[in-house]
Amino acid sequence: MKRSSLTSKILNAPYILWAVLFIIAPLIMVLYYALTDRSGAFTWDNITQINDYASTFILSIGYGAVATLISLVIAYPFAYFLAQTKVSFQRMSVMLVMLPMWMSFLIRTYSWITILGDSGVINRFLGIFGIGPLPLLNNAGAVILGMVYNFLPYMILPIYTVMSKMDRSLIEAAEDLGCGRMQCIRKVVFPLSVPGIASGFTMVFVPSVSTFYITQKLGGGKINLIGDVIEGQFQVANNFNLGASLSLVLMIMIIICLAILNYFADSDDDGGVLV
Amino acid sequence: MTAKTSRLAKLYLALVFIFLYAPMVVMTVFSFNGNESTYTMHGFSLQWYERLFSDTVTMNALKNTVILAVVSALISTVLGTLATIGINSMKSKRVKSALMTTTNIPMMNPEIVTGISMMLLFVFIGRMFSKSDTLGFGTILIAHITFQLPYVILSILPKLRQTDPRIFEAAQDLGCPPANAFIKVVLPQIMPGIVSGAIMAFTLSLDDFIISYFTNGPDFQTLPIHIFSMTKKRVKPDMYALSTLIFVAIFILLILMNIAQAKSDKKPKKSKEDAEI
Repeated sequence: MKRSSLTSKILNAPYILWAVLFIIAPLIMVLYYALTDRSGAFTWDNITQINDYASTFILSIGYGAVATLISLVIAYPFAYFLAQTKVSFQRMSVMLVMLPMWMSFLIRTYSWITILGDSGVINRFLGIFGIGPLPLLNNAGAVILGMVYNFLPYMILPIYTVMSKMDRSLIEAAEDLGCGRMQCIRKVVFPLSVPGIASGFTMVFVPSVSTFYITQKLGGGKINLIGDVIEGQFQVANNFNLGASLSLVLMIMIIICLAILNYFADSDDDGGVLV
Repeated sequence: MTAKTSRLAKLYLALVFIFLYAPMVVMTVFSFNGNESTYTMHGFSLQWYERLFSDTVTMNALKNTVILAVVSALISTVLGTLATIGINSMKSKRVKSALMTTTNIPMMNPEIVTGISMMLLFVFIGRMFSKSDTLGFGTILIAHITFQLPYVILSILPKLRQTDPRIFEAAQDLGCPPANAFIKVVLPQIMPGIVSGAIMAFTLSLDDFIISYFTNGPDFQTLPIHIFSMTKKRVKPDMYALSTLIFVAIFILLILMNIAQAKSDKKPKKSKEDAEI
């Protein structure tokens, strides 16, 4: 027994060292830069300046929340229907859902400009009937579309995983007991799929809230979310200290959002058991 | 499972797939464009593919990306495997859960925060040694290993938990030294987890933009960074040609993996363990 704990210490040592150096220390650096000025002297200035960006934070959460909800509305029926098809079809479909995630998200996002632009594919098609060009690009809708498009697979996959592992006999039992189809979904399928929804929410919400590329390309620079502001502080304005304090707040904000989400996901679970 | 899927359901599945693949179709079509536009087609040509292969900057970025992905995936797989064994055999539950929480941080944090926090560390250390050019291959490599580690650990850990520690002990009782017993008994059992962790680490590295963007230096450009600087200007169809090629490569790879998996599914129960991956 003693030997195995010694082995574990020896095996763990390099990883613990790595984690302290490159996971913990960088976070301490964020705190350090947030609380100092350019010369390295202590200051609250960066923290008080965050007030100026309160509306940007709220806007980012709003965009993230809308994109996450739309993803859920699209992904849920998709996962539900997919789990009922033949196993070979399911496997191929999961592969096809994952494939776009392995391609440069920059180019996939950029090619929406080719689709949505004033002389893009959609407007050219509408032009045949004398409609448009419709302003499809450089607005809030295009940014939301970009978020949903990019992160939809992250919503589909966890929900599908839960759905495909679901015990079908439970649904059959509910049907035998006189449950209608919608009632069945509401009372049996949905409560059982909450863990999948919760992890899908996290995986779509976090990257949506903190994105900067999608807003710049599809929002035409008109929509500034917190990711854009932070990126600007580091790559353009060179104000690492303000950038660090904004990152710190973003991080804390996301932790709070996730904690709230987990709270609801857990209480839903309990409710399901009680009923 | 045998329930017939209604036509409406099939139509819905098809619509979502169209949404997911519309950009891919568009860029494939425009990569064969006869002129420079990404809006209108002017005949068919392969000129953008030719230009792509003669573009040394892009080819160099591609080479850098592959080198970085291979090296970082190798290191994170070895480090992650050792760490997983260590974590699994830890006695103290408190220390174990503290370590797991730390492990999850790079996965839960927004990528932009992970990228920035590492950049700040590198810049800080650079200042301590009064160097201004700390960012380069070394820093981007460290960053990639760091964000890959949780994925490697989480894909090996379930496999390791399934193994029976008594077999390992039995091998030792029969005179096998611990290191040998590990290689002969435990390693084959957790191999599927190690392989899938390594593949995931490799693909994550290939596609990463945000963390690379903050931790790379001017001397070491990866493909996503190069694509980013290209899309700052007006994009020409050569970027679409590049994506089409990547798309085809990944598609072939996935089909091969799918065939391999289907084959292992068909095999008799003997290989049931492998099929469950």
